[in-house]
Amino acid sequence: MAVDLEKLNLKAPWQDLTVGMMIHEGGTSKEFHTGEWTAVKPHVNENICRQCLLCVQVCPDSAIPYDGNGRVEVDTDHCKGCGICAHVCPFGAIEMEGF
Amino acid sequence: MSYNFKEIMSRPERLAPGHRMCAGCGGTIAARNVLRALHPGDHAVIGNATGCMEVSTFMYPYTAWQDSYIHNAFENAGATISGVEGAYNVLKRKGKLKEDETFKFITFGGDGGTYDIGFQSLSGAVERNHDFVYVCYDNGAYMNTGIQRSSATPMYADTTTTPVGSQSNGKPQNRKDLTNILVEHDIPYAAQTTFVQNFRDLHIKAEKAIYTPGAAFLNIMAPCPRGWRYNTPEIIDICELGVETCYWPLFEVIEGEYHLSYEPKKKLPIEDFLRPQGRFKHLFKKGNEHLIEEFQKEVDRRWERLLKKCK
Amino acid sequence: MAKRDRLSGNEAIAYALRQINPDVFPAFPITPSTEIPQYFASFVANGQVDTEFIPVESEHSSMSAAIGASAAGARSLTATSSCGLALMWEELYVAASNRLPVALALVNRALSGPININCDHSDSMGARDSGWIQIYAENNQEAYDNMVQAYRIAEHEDVRLPIMICQDGFITSHAVENITLLEDEEVKGFVGEYEPEHYLLNPECPTAVGPYSVTDYYMEAKRAQAEAMQNAKQVILDVAKEFGEMSGRTYGLFEEYQMEDAEYAVIMIGSAAGTTKDAIDQLRAAGKKVGLIKLRVFRPFPADEIAAALANVKAVAVMDRADSFSDHGGPLGAEVMAALFRARSQAYAINIVYGLGGRDVRVEDMKGVYAELERIAETGETGDTYRYMGVREQA
Repeated sequence: MAVDLEKLNLKAPWQDLTVGMMIHEGGTSKEFHTGEWTAVKPHVNENICRQCLLCVQVCPDSAIPYDGNGRVEVDTDHCKGCGICAHVCPFGAIEMEGF
Repeated sequence: MSYNFKEIMSRPERLAPGHRMCAGCGGTIAARNVLRALHPGDHAVIGNATGCMEVSTFMYPYTAWQDSYIHNAFENAGATISGVEGAYNVLKRKGKLKEDETFKFITFGGDGGTYDIGFQSLSGAVERNHDFVYVCYDNGAYMNTGIQRSSATPMYADTTTTPVGSQSNGKPQNRKDLTNILVEHDIPYAAQTTFVQNFRDLHIKAEKAIYTPGAAFLNIMAPCPRGWRYNTPEIIDICELGVETCYWPLFEVIEGEYHLSYEPKKKLPIEDFLRPQGRFKHLFKKGNEHLIEEFQKEVDRRWERLLKKCK
Repeated sequence: MAKRDRLSGNEAIAYALRQINPDVFPAFPITPSTEIPQYFASFVANGQVDTEFIPVESEHSSMSAAIGASAAGARSLTATSSCGLALMWEELYVAASNRLPVALALVNRALSGPININCDHSDSMGARDSGWIQIYAENNQEAYDNMVQAYRIAEHEDVRLPIMICQDGFITSHAVENITLLEDEEVKGFVGEYEPEHYLLNPECPTAVGPYSVTDYYMEAKRAQAEAMQNAKQVILDVAKEFGEMSGRTYGLFEEYQMEDAEYAVIMIGSAAGTTKDAIDQLRAAGKKVGLIKLRVFRPFPADEIAAALANVKAVAVMDRADSFSDHGGPLGAEVMAALFRARSQAYAINIVYGLGGRDVRVEDMKGVYAELERIAETGETGDTYRYMGVREQA
């Protein structure tokens, strides 16, 4: 059963809260956009990237997705701009850029 | 256990984005990469002691966990997962859960919830040998409440309850060696790791911990940029220095037998680990050289002791 | 077919638990409840139950594990007394706020300090605002019957709250009495299977339990909990009715003894009600219009029903086997006085603290209470409305 997050907004009446405040769905945090916390985001130079995937592993925000074939575009809705990916990239393919 | 990088990376992400941990948080890096060791198709129940991770990953109604998750309180993550595992055994026995549905049990706690307030509960749970993994993301202080010292805080660290002052050089005591204390519980598997070798060491140990029947303990050094005061993007450098200075040795203990996972070719001086961290800034003031010497002595003593155990 | 036997209160609870066959029972020993997990462990050892028995390292952990198990989809419980309950304090609130139907077999014992192993109600009264349903027993039969009814109340979809089944330490827990037991199949059929809608071990749908709640939600969550407790009252009555049809033993929110025409009433909880009934029988024989309300359900508190039952009395003594140290009265005293005030009662009311740490209550003591109520009604002078009974004082 999916959770109706819309119904559970900050104005929800008490009758609408889930029993025991349990949430019966995984990963609902995706609807919360932590990308708004930062003004800098990683930019990947696709010509330099060798798809080693270290950035995918090291991202604390699961914001550098891997689609089964390779790393895909950075999830800017959730990236908090910590800069770890740019720092660890062995090829210097990632730069932090202002929006 | 084999290490197929491509297959592992292809596994679905089990920690969703949108959690509220700080930018650059080491705890989350630990959690994500531990969960990646779960075999696809296996379910999990994640336990969590109160702490940064808990308040940030399940803020109603947003859970970052793709799997079932239970937070109970600060000091009882071990006991709580004991009850969950007990329920699993009985529901299986009664046929309420199908034979082919596998659940694994993984509990995360910071060092405060693990070394200190949750220690009794953890000790009890592993003594009873429930089939679960307790993962400590050790960032060496109570970070959630604002960087207070814990028994995992290294000597001389500047924390808000061991502040450096005219009469104080930071925390006076050495840190508790929790991994070895867990080993002395005679559990089937215990290990120490951190974010090095492109996560290979962490992944292999997490998989062993999860899939070894019985209680397992995984201690992961997980730097906290706010508490340790290093330049946030440099987290992996800090972890590597922790390992290369032998401050945080990589080892595992399987059925009581010690195995060193990595031995630095040339052990680096402890200054290299301490220098980038603001919490140790006072150690580099003129006249405090003896403090670094003391620190080095303790690192050496523990390293030698570990080497003996690994022989 | 009912079965007659002679069992102690702890044996009776353990017997009921064997019949219920719960899923997970984490336990830690503490006098006088220790026998419950002991008896139960022998059922496990002899394959008489399917239960996962987890002998944990503290009461905090027993309640924590019971919470984990309940959230995971199992029927769980633990047993404790006194300081054990106090150590669970934080967890009692967590169980209630997570809306988990955990059961707790509580054997009431005085709280430290000084350390004392005998009966009073300071342990459960300390937990009265934790969000648990609390049901008390006068004797072994009631303890057994309440335990059989517990999960039907706690797991009801309108309730989903944890439940505490209380009995008096040593006085009932260790005293062997005649008891009528239900057949195993009767209990099994009555209690039924636990089929939660959502739980951690549901392979079809993950569940997250125990969130951080910002201010915007916290109060709404508490309001929902209050509603569940309100709903519990009717569910307790409905379950009691069904239980009565099966067993022939009837239960309500409280028992009224000789209350029809009573002018002087005592209201109290637990085993001392038996002593009070003896006093009433003697006084009635002498023509005194005296009666008793023996409270069974303390949470939810049946305030309106109690006020109605006391509507025609001239004077009432509220007997507390615990003090609140409020300089104003004990916990039951506070509740009953508030109920009477709201009902605009004109009865004189006093609050008496008695029986702390196992202090004996004799028939003579209770006759003295009724004599005092009669004096108050005649003179209109209540004297101190908050007083101790059975304590030594300087002459």
